[in-house]
Amino acid sequence: MSLIAITEVRKSFGPNEVLKGINLDVEPGEVIAIIGKSGSGKSTLLRCINGLETISDGSISVAGAQLLDDEAHLKALRLKVGMIFQQFNLFPHLTVGGNVMLSQMVVKKTAKPEAEDMARKMLERVGLSQKFDAYPDQLSGGQQQRVAIARALAMQPIALLCDEITSALDPELVAEVLAVVRELAAEGMTLLMVTHEMKFARDVCSRVVFMHQGRVHEMGRPEEVFATPQTPELKQFLGVH
Amino acid sequence: MIEFTIWDILRNLLLATRWTILLSLVSFVGGGLVGLVLLFLRISKRKWLRALAKYYIELFQGTPLLMQLFIAFFGLGLFGIDVPAWLAAGLALILWSAAFLGEIWRGCVEAIAKGQWEASASLAMGRLQQMRYVILPQAMRIAVPPTVGFSVQVIKGTALTSIIGFVELSKAGTVVTNATFQPFTVYGLVALIYFALCWPLSKSSQILERKLNVAHRNH
Amino acid sequence: MNYQFEFGWLVEYYPQIVKGIAITIQLIAVGAVAGIALGTVCAWVRALGPAWAKPVVAAYVELIRNTPFLIQLFFIFFGLPSLGLKLSELQAANIAMVVNLGAYSSEIIRAGIQATPKGQFEAGASLAMTPFETFRHVVLIPSLERIWPALSSQVVIVMLGSAVVSQIAAEDLTFAANFIQSRTFRAFEAYMVSTAVYLLLAILLRQVLGTVGWLIFPRRAAR
Repeated sequence: MSLIAITEVRKSFGPNEVLKGINLDVEPGEVIAIIGKSGSGKSTLLRCINGLETISDGSISVAGAQLLDDEAHLKALRLKVGMIFQQFNLFPHLTVGGNVMLSQMVVKKTAKPEAEDMARKMLERVGLSQKFDAYPDQLSGGQQQRVAIARALAMQPIALLCDEITSALDPELVAEVLAVVRELAAEGMTLLMVTHEMKFARDVCSRVVFMHQGRVHEMGRPEEVFATPQTPELKQFLGVH
Repeated sequence: MIEFTIWDILRNLLLATRWTILLSLVSFVGGGLVGLVLLFLRISKRKWLRALAKYYIELFQGTPLLMQLFIAFFGLGLFGIDVPAWLAAGLALILWSAAFLGEIWRGCVEAIAKGQWEASASLAMGRLQQMRYVILPQAMRIAVPPTVGFSVQVIKGTALTSIIGFVELSKAGTVVTNATFQPFTVYGLVALIYFALCWPLSKSSQILERKLNVAHRNH
Repeated sequence: MNYQFEFGWLVEYYPQIVKGIAITIQLIAVGAVAGIALGTVCAWVRALGPAWAKPVVAAYVELIRNTPFLIQLFFIFFGLPSLGLKLSELQAANIAMVVNLGAYSSEIIRAGIQATPKGQFEAGASLAMTPFETFRHVVLIPSLERIWPALSSQVVIVMLGSAVVSQIAAEDLTFAANFIQSRTFRAFEAYMVSTAVYLLLAILLRQVLGTVGWLIFPRRAAR
């Protein structure tokens, strides 16, 4: 069975239908890049997967946890999928360590020493163990984003959703964040990323999903999708003529 | 006729000021507690709870405090309770303060970036946990200046309780005026005492606000 | 509770209520127009005016903002006659409203002026306008537009605060309610009715202020 099963998902904002029946199955360990123009629905799809948007129709399940709009189901689902945001969204009133420990303690009821151990381990993993006591506003954008990754990892999710996680970064800071993601991929983490980093998608991902006007327009292994795009829309998007 | 010195007048007024301060404290603390409940209703996921809080706030902000005092005073009497002025005064001021504090705090909660809600939700926190650990700690920081500022309105609001017969600073002013026939001096002194209570709060609210703005700019 | 509500007195006493409403409306009309005018002058003084006048205006604003309206009213009505300034109830009430709203609105308007981009003053100066001309023609209207919602809320607050003028026997809506309850002993009903009227007046006043803003700020009208 697939790890993430997305079946006939539709989503409307008022009269405007942004997802028009999405089907996508993700196997464990897959790294999927979702590409497409802005407004194609790719971010909305990602946000639906962990319930930040309620879907209008269809179903989503992650490792057997069904997406339903009540707090208990949402919690079960969100314990399985972590999410990284474009704007980092670190908690400014907590230290880096506090950010990574908070939800272990309040959601999973992990005791403080264990939560701290886990936080230090995860920060080590993203190369920021020395920043444990710093506050988010003392860090660069790239460092903040790596803390956000550590924060999500500390919940031990089985999949991570990455929503344009390098788009808000200065160009020279993009590489350090992508390096962390690359490592996660190598370790077998299941990843779904909305991204504009085509080179990264080509090098790291196992599958590329091209979305257009609320539908999965084309999908395949990166070498196929990038080398021989089938549809005119994807050709235009990639700038291939 | 007995001669009243300024000192006699001032002493009487200051004695009554105790009640102004006490009533202000009770109203502010009580209003804060009810206001907190209103805040939670106002940002609840349930539509009817939000509407309930909204209408409460509009009612109390859209009618004179004096009318609210009258209704508390005469309305409680309908239940056959012999209503002492302090009870009606305290009750009305608590309900009135709650409406304003609830609305001020809602503004502060809504000023917290949407990403904070989303990030904490994606970490599987429930709504109360999000409030308790992520939103309120941040909202409280920005809520301090306007909350301190509102305490000035509460102190000034207590003056109206003199009208339903609660003896505090304003009522004492009227009583002393009637005894001394020196309204200019007495009401001047009353005003100065209010000023001495309110101005430090107004000023600290301004200073706190400025500090917060500076802190924000540094982020 | 075996209390029987009784609103029959409305038939006999509604003229009192109508008269009270008229006076309350008159008070806030004068208070709003003259108060905002006074507030604008004070805001100008504090932001751009002569140095000697700034502390005077600051003292006025702080004094009013940190004392209860009731005491301001008593001071004007009962206190000032000992200086030889005898005022009628309605005159005293009107003056108190203007003085009160003047102080509050000056602070609000000043915030609007301070939020004006510096380039606006420089542009005015570069077109050979005097500082006052720049203020009058370039800065003032956008500043008012910026703070109009806050100013509108303050006008509503002052209107609701006007209920206390009944305490110097100015015959406003609250005075009417007091009068009726003393005649009919229907205190609760009398105050319920007048509270409802105040609520309606507050809603109406907000609409009126919204329309006024829409009319005096041309950019908003063009939108």
